[in-house]
Amino acid sequence: MDARWLARRLGQILVVLVGISFITFVLVWLAPGDPAQAMYTSQGITPTPEMVEEMRARLGLDKPFLTQYVTWLGNCLHGNFGTSYSLNKPVTDLMLARLWPTIKLALASLVLMLLVAVPLGMAAAVRQGSVIDHLARGFSFLGVSMPNFWFGLLLIWAVALKLGLLPVVSTGKGLDQLIMPAVTLAFAMIGRYTRQVRTAVLEELNQDYVIGARARGMSERTILWRHVLPNAQLPLLTLLGLSLGSLLGGTAVVEVVFSYPGLGNMAVSAVTSYDYPLVQTYVLWIALIYMVINLLVDISYARLDPRVRRGARS
Amino acid sequence: MSALRSIWRNTRRAIGGRRIFGVYVALVVVIILVAVFAKQIAPMDPYAANLSDAFQPPSAEHWFGTDKLGRDIASRIVYGTRISLTSAIILVLTISVVGSFLGVIAGHFGGLVDAVIMRISDMMISFPGIVLAIAVAGLLGASIRNAIIALAVVSWTKYARLARSLVLKIRHSDFVTAAELSGTRPGRLMRRYLLPSALPTLVITAATDIGTMMLELAGLSFLGFGAQPPQAEWGLMLNEGRAYLLDSPWLMIFPGAAISVTVIVFNLLGDALRDILDPRHAGQDEDVVELVPAPLS
Repeated sequence: MDARWLARRLGQILVVLVGISFITFVLVWLAPGDPAQAMYTSQGITPTPEMVEEMRARLGLDKPFLTQYVTWLGNCLHGNFGTSYSLNKPVTDLMLARLWPTIKLALASLVLMLLVAVPLGMAAAVRQGSVIDHLARGFSFLGVSMPNFWFGLLLIWAVALKLGLLPVVSTGKGLDQLIMPAVTLAFAMIGRYTRQVRTAVLEELNQDYVIGARARGMSERTILWRHVLPNAQLPLLTLLGLSLGSLLGGTAVVEVVFSYPGLGNMAVSAVTSYDYPLVQTYVLWIALIYMVINLLVDISYARLDPRVRRGARS
Repeated sequence: MSALRSIWRNTRRAIGGRRIFGVYVALVVVIILVAVFAKQIAPMDPYAANLSDAFQPPSAEHWFGTDKLGRDIASRIVYGTRISLTSAIILVLTISVVGSFLGVIAGHFGGLVDAVIMRISDMMISFPGIVLAIAVAGLLGASIRNAIIALAVVSWTKYARLARSLVLKIRHSDFVTAAELSGTRPGRLMRRYLLPSALPTLVITAATDIGTMMLELAGLSFLGFGAQPPQAEWGLMLNEGRAYLLDSPWLMIFPGAAISVTVIVFNLLGDALRDILDPRHAGQDEDVVELVPAPLS
């Protein structure tokens, strides 16, 4: 974990970010639909061609492609991500307003998932081939194979409409509006993670130190919770990082199903309304969060596993 | 070709003792037959609107009910098999072939080629698939074909990483070194040693991916960036049924069940295939290789 390694990783992140911003800019630039036109339409105005031309000039859309890109990149470096075309507010404010609900949803679903997946996966590993192992397997298959938007719709139908237990449309303010989206997201993840926990625990149970511990008369419970589980954490860390990364980007489908005010929902409407500045900033955010989390996972690997630490030094 | 033949031999030998695999294959064949003979199986025309029949609950005449235009849901689901199956298979074939090819090149040549391919792959992997799919859909117009293109652009990286790591791993294994030392020509080395070792993993990944890609495609259609009305596509049907959740839940229940059942069958098949083709990892559930970030060289 030396400084040179870290500097190189940060440099790579920067290169990838600039690359991604360029690709996004090209894509958005090529896309049909005129944001100037869309701006007027969203306000209910039918613009004359002169009005559209004027607006294009004001937004800088009449400049050559590269000039537009360089201007935009320069502004970003100064922390100015522009103004949303469709909502006429600073992009930074819009992103920040959506960030908190997204973080809440991400953490809630991850905690929910871990609470189910870790005990279930461990039980399945310890009692291999038992009823609980088969149940866990069946449950995993369902979680991985069911479309989460269908699961979400079923939840709304059963819990909100039929039983009337929770509100149908969530605003992201109260806890009750968080429950259904979090359960939906957790359900799919539980499937994946239960199997991962099971595999990781099984692998550790076959290690020599477990035999040693048993020979010394250590109770199975101590072996499992004090020795096996901490060692089994490591392979899960990468997966958790990936999950957190994609959750913090907002989960478009689930957020749309529950009308949840998160980043994914915002991205879908930003793209449909040709809101270039918003789309670009959103894409940059996703790429950044993904790479930073990847970096953190690598760093914590080295902290948690002395073997990796030594390997990184040499 | 000898690589394929050796896989086929192993498969046949392994299937001998595993009847359950035969069951999964039979189920997949049933799904394929439903897609092929949709016209004969579907009780009605999936596109025939009959407004006086709108929003009929499931009955003897309309097994799964009718939608807002009075179209028969059961028939639409049968026809939906065609779109889901063909688009998922086209998508998986494309990304597995292109991705593996790029990965093998990267692993084999190393250096600058490797760096460029893997950096692009890094970029694609940190790119939000949905945003790209939406951008492509906006660029070319929302359609199932463009949804396939969009998903292909973001999904090939998995195969590139997998193929690259397999090539790197195999290249430095003892049996390849032994073959090289005994004067095996590069072409023969590739066909007899590298390909047979790498193919099972790639085939397993592709088989498992069919279900995953079906879900992704249905998700895009659900958001309105894939199949367009009046197409009989499961994700789109779910989206159309969403507005009538309270009064006509059958609009949402049956298409969702169709997706789930199909995806489960393909996932079971992929899993069974893993047990057969890759006995070393039998019972191990996920391929960890794809999840571990590539070593940044």
